[in-house]
Amino acid sequence: MQRVWAIIERDLRKFQHSPFLMFASLVLPLSQLVILGYAFGGNLKHLKVGVVDQDGGMGAVKVREMLQAVGATAKTFSTVDYSNLGRAVSDLRNGRLNGVVDIPPHFTRDLLARADPRLGLVVDNTDNFTASTLEGTLTSLVNDYYLNGIDARRQPTLQLKTVEVYGYTPYIKFLFPGIIALSIFITAMIGGGIIFIDDKARGLHEGYLVTPITKTELILGFNLAGAFKGVLAGLVLTIFGSLIAGVPHPLDPMRTFKMLLVICPAATAFISMMFLLMVRISDPLVPRAIFGVLNTLLYFPSGAVYPVNAFPRWMRVIATVDPFTYAVHGFRTLLLKNTGFGAIAGDVAFLVVFSVIMTAAATALFQRTV
Amino acid sequence: MDDIEVEKITKRFGDFTAVDEISFTVGHGETFGLLGPNGAGKSTLIRMLTTLTPPTAGSARVLGHDVVREAGAVRKSIGVIPQVMTSDLDLTAEENMTIFARLYGVPKDRRKHVIRELLAAVQLADWLDKPVRTFSGGMRRRLEIARGLVHEPKIFFLDEPTTGLDPVSRVAVWEMIEQLKRERDLTVLITTHYLEEADKLCNRVAIVDHGKLVALDSPLKLKATIPGNNVLEVSFSRVPDGWSETLRALPEVSQVTATDHVFRIASNNGPRTTVELFEAARRADISVASLSVQSTTLDDVFVHYTGRQLRDAPQENLHYDMSFMYKPR
Repeated sequence: MQRVWAIIERDLRKFQHSPFLMFASLVLPLSQLVILGYAFGGNLKHLKVGVVDQDGGMGAVKVREMLQAVGATAKTFSTVDYSNLGRAVSDLRNGRLNGVVDIPPHFTRDLLARADPRLGLVVDNTDNFTASTLEGTLTSLVNDYYLNGIDARRQPTLQLKTVEVYGYTPYIKFLFPGIIALSIFITAMIGGGIIFIDDKARGLHEGYLVTPITKTELILGFNLAGAFKGVLAGLVLTIFGSLIAGVPHPLDPMRTFKMLLVICPAATAFISMMFLLMVRISDPLVPRAIFGVLNTLLYFPSGAVYPVNAFPRWMRVIATVDPFTYAVHGFRTLLLKNTGFGAIAGDVAFLVVFSVIMTAAATALFQRTV
Repeated sequence: MDDIEVEKITKRFGDFTAVDEISFTVGHGETFGLLGPNGAGKSTLIRMLTTLTPPTAGSARVLGHDVVREAGAVRKSIGVIPQVMTSDLDLTAEENMTIFARLYGVPKDRRKHVIRELLAAVQLADWLDKPVRTFSGGMRRRLEIARGLVHEPKIFFLDEPTTGLDPVSRVAVWEMIEQLKRERDLTVLITTHYLEEADKLCNRVAIVDHGKLVALDSPLKLKATIPGNNVLEVSFSRVPDGWSETLRALPEVSQVTATDHVFRIASNNGPRTTVELFEAARRADISVASLSVQSTTLDDVFVHYTGRQLRDAPQENLHYDMSFMYKPR
């Protein structure tokens, strides 16, 4: 065991002398958290909607007032009046508008006559996010019109009331657990991939291989040292990321302890996977070349940025064997739901088994002599 | 029992035979040199003896332990300085030593004492807490020599220990190796392509070329085996037909070889052959363009056994060449 500690001590002393490299590895995940979190997380605002009133009656006035109210309060959109539908649609095509509401002739008459009155919404469906937002807002507005509006005598309709178990979760909070996993992964990629191969190419490993150290001790030493740095990265990001994402009580000791229960096996899983990938590699360009590929292949299918259920079947298969999936699920469970141990037991079990398999395979493939 | 016993050891990489049935023994306390150009097979040979590469055929024993079957026991009993400098630049001299002391299982209570003693022996005592990044090449090599002895081995392998060092550092490293060997009763096996290194350090030298052992003896005896006590290197204004034969017929001349219009003449009596050489040139109506007379060196031994000079041997690429990372591609 002393020899395993020698390898760990060497890595930790290097880290102690130049911690900059590891903290530099936190820059990418932190910037992603801030940029992606705020870029994708907010509701759409300040859209421009053209309103073409071809009716001019009392019903049309009411619709226009409701549209203007949305502009004044939620600021989802502001309205611009058009007298000509063709011109409004032309401006929509040219990008000056995000949508056009058409109030057709006889709208008020049909409304009063309960003759299936209709409003038109023209959207630019090359941008589905904006189109869906406008459609959602207008649908809700139309429903409100019926419930509170003119037709007070209509029959009661079936309504669904949603109960939210947790407080409002902005996208940045949804993204945050994945970013913690990403920071651990990047540390593993730099320590277990780039530095490991550079050391090998410089002949440092040959210095170890002429000593009595066994290959199991060597792999174990590299794994534990790498995992330690991963844990450190995960912890630092948990605390700083909580502050950025607005997760309450970032230093809650019980939650930090439970987070460590996931961070430790996650760091071990990532670093052991990296050693398995690098065990027969000696070209220093390889880890640099596959950095981006691995990141895309493991991070995105894990549900870190978008729910796994939305993925096609082949991507869900990747997610099933991807250690990111379990790390992200564990972190999300603890940070956003603050649940007990039972909720993370499956994630921890997968990560531990995954680490054992990866370490065993890397040890079997490691060549002590060439 | 000899400290190192090598029996018909062979290493092939595909169709290429890097080491071809080499046998030798190294007695206790001896400094044994493997001399040859880059690519001769010296490093492959030392890698097999230090358990880094398994032999394709043949066997080797170090302190009675087989390098394949008892690799662990061999590793415990040897100190190794690989050809490339493997000290960690980010760590201090003491930290580098400590890591290796732990790898070799040196007990904690002895570690500090051994490390300080060794760093003092290689004149780095004042540098123990300095990062290796700040060391010169010679200092790094001295640190690695100290590091290789941290577990107090009895056999010390050094693979081209002075390659890349300036002449002053090279002499310092030689003196250090000699001193440590004397003080610690070491058996040393050293590979080198520097003739003066082999001449100065080694009790016996094995000349290796194209994977084969071509000569093995003490430097003195090796020099004595080749004909002549002196070597004349001479060039002429013009080379007449049959000039080699004329030179060979001069008194006291035992061997003549010619490369690029330069004649190397082995002579039992340098001054007399020189006089006769000028006389022969006058008779042939040519003049002597350049002339040097020297005692026989290991270079002459190398020429004698391989038919070419050591410096003419092709250079191979360094095993760990990372320069491509830092050059525009």
